[in-house]
Amino acid sequence: MPEFGFSISKGRTIDFDLLDSARTAALEGDDSGLIKCMDCGTCTATCSAGAFSDFSIRKIHTMFRRGQYDGVAEALSKCMLCGKCTLVCPRSVNLRHAIIRMRQTLRTSVPDDDDLRHYLNVL
Amino acid sequence: MKHNIVIIGAGPSGIEAAHCLAVSGEHVTVFEKMEDPLENLRNKAFLFPDFTSASELTETFRTKLQHPYITYRGGTSITDMERMDGRWVLTTDRGEKIDTDDVILATGYRPFDASRKEELGYGIYNGVVTSLDMEKMLLRGRVVNSIGDLPSRVAFLQCVGSRDSKVGNNYCSKVCCITAAKQAVEVKKLLPEAEVFIFYMDLRMWGQGFEEIYRSSQQDYGIRYIRGRISEAAGTFDGKVQIKAEDTLTGLPMKMSTDLLVLMVGMEPSEGTRMLAGRCGICGEYGFARSENRHLYDNVTSREGLYLCGSCKRPMCLEDVISDARSAAMELLKSR
Repeated sequence: MPEFGFSISKGRTIDFDLLDSARTAALEGDDSGLIKCMDCGTCTATCSAGAFSDFSIRKIHTMFRRGQYDGVAEALSKCMLCGKCTLVCPRSVNLRHAIIRMRQTLRTSVPDDDDLRHYLNVL
Repeated sequence: MKHNIVIIGAGPSGIEAAHCLAVSGEHVTVFEKMEDPLENLRNKAFLFPDFTSASELTETFRTKLQHPYITYRGGTSITDMERMDGRWVLTTDRGEKIDTDDVILATGYRPFDASRKEELGYGIYNGVVTSLDMEKMLLRGRVVNSIGDLPSRVAFLQCVGSRDSKVGNNYCSKVCCITAAKQAVEVKKLLPEAEVFIFYMDLRMWGQGFEEIYRSSQQDYGIRYIRGRISEAAGTFDGKVQIKAEDTLTGLPMKMSTDLLVLMVGMEPSEGTRMLAGRCGICGEYGFARSENRHLYDNVTSREGLYLCGSCKRPMCLEDVISDARSAAMELLKSR
């Protein structure tokens, strides 16, 4: 069907009752310490990838922690694993490790995108 | 020589405790490592939440210290203390032995050394100062940038050395949030044209009158608050400081150049607190001294005849410290 740009938008409200945060639970008790995050944004401030693209690592891992996975896998593929976020984190979250773990967790959930699966496999 | 009560430290808490005991008829000796008492307070300009001039308090404490029952021993450090035959024996840095029944530890805090956060550029770029440097500028009534000109932009950063596990201090220093708001207002009073920003993670305006300063700083002085922690600072060719942060409320990374970056340094236990608490076996978390019970016995310790007051226990503001000193004096008198 041709796309005229007048379709009805999906509701923007996040319905916590419908969220399936099973993949987030997989990261709990993980040694990266991501659950200690207090959203100060220092990781995003120092992020090499974030300076030149719309990639915001704090937003992405916050979405992951909330159980909102839409677009998270694609976004995580932009990370170059330079590890600066891990150096600056005041809560000593090993974010570099957490990113790898998030990628591993989400890898299985993107079956029909070969490019993305390829990215996520390249750690 | 026999002393009844020794107080170690002549800051607000030590002097207040000494004065309470003196007016109750006790003879007290106060030891202070610096020649002059009140080192930290002397460098303050105005006090939150009512902008009282700090010199008012300094003068009051100086007068209290002159009570005839108080012996002041400035420029004398206590290098060791131990319990012997039911009494405390203190050693001074001159090798003198002081024998006393009771000791009140009022050894206080030291400001966090901002140069430990190398990425924030303190000691590297002249435009980066600490809240103590800012307070000294406010005391002189003149706030200047790295080349001595009036700054057109000033940015404050909260939680430097506090809530930061990278420097080993997970705790909140309690006074910095309101101090930054207070200093921002004072900067704006001196420099109405300047833009003033405060970068924060959470704002903890816990005390009476604090929220009002926060609101007034926005409403009457146009202070702008940005929720994001600064990851790094770099010097620019024209003597400014460029900072990077995430504006977490819009979700975008930002950079900003500023004439002054003010690091709100937290409170750590002073060297004296660390050393003496260690020697007495009452060393608590982060090197602060540990009281017997936070609720009921916050001025007594597991050691007989050893009392605590003030910020040797944890970060405290002046109001806390003064009440705590009075309660320490009361605890000591109760045991008599």
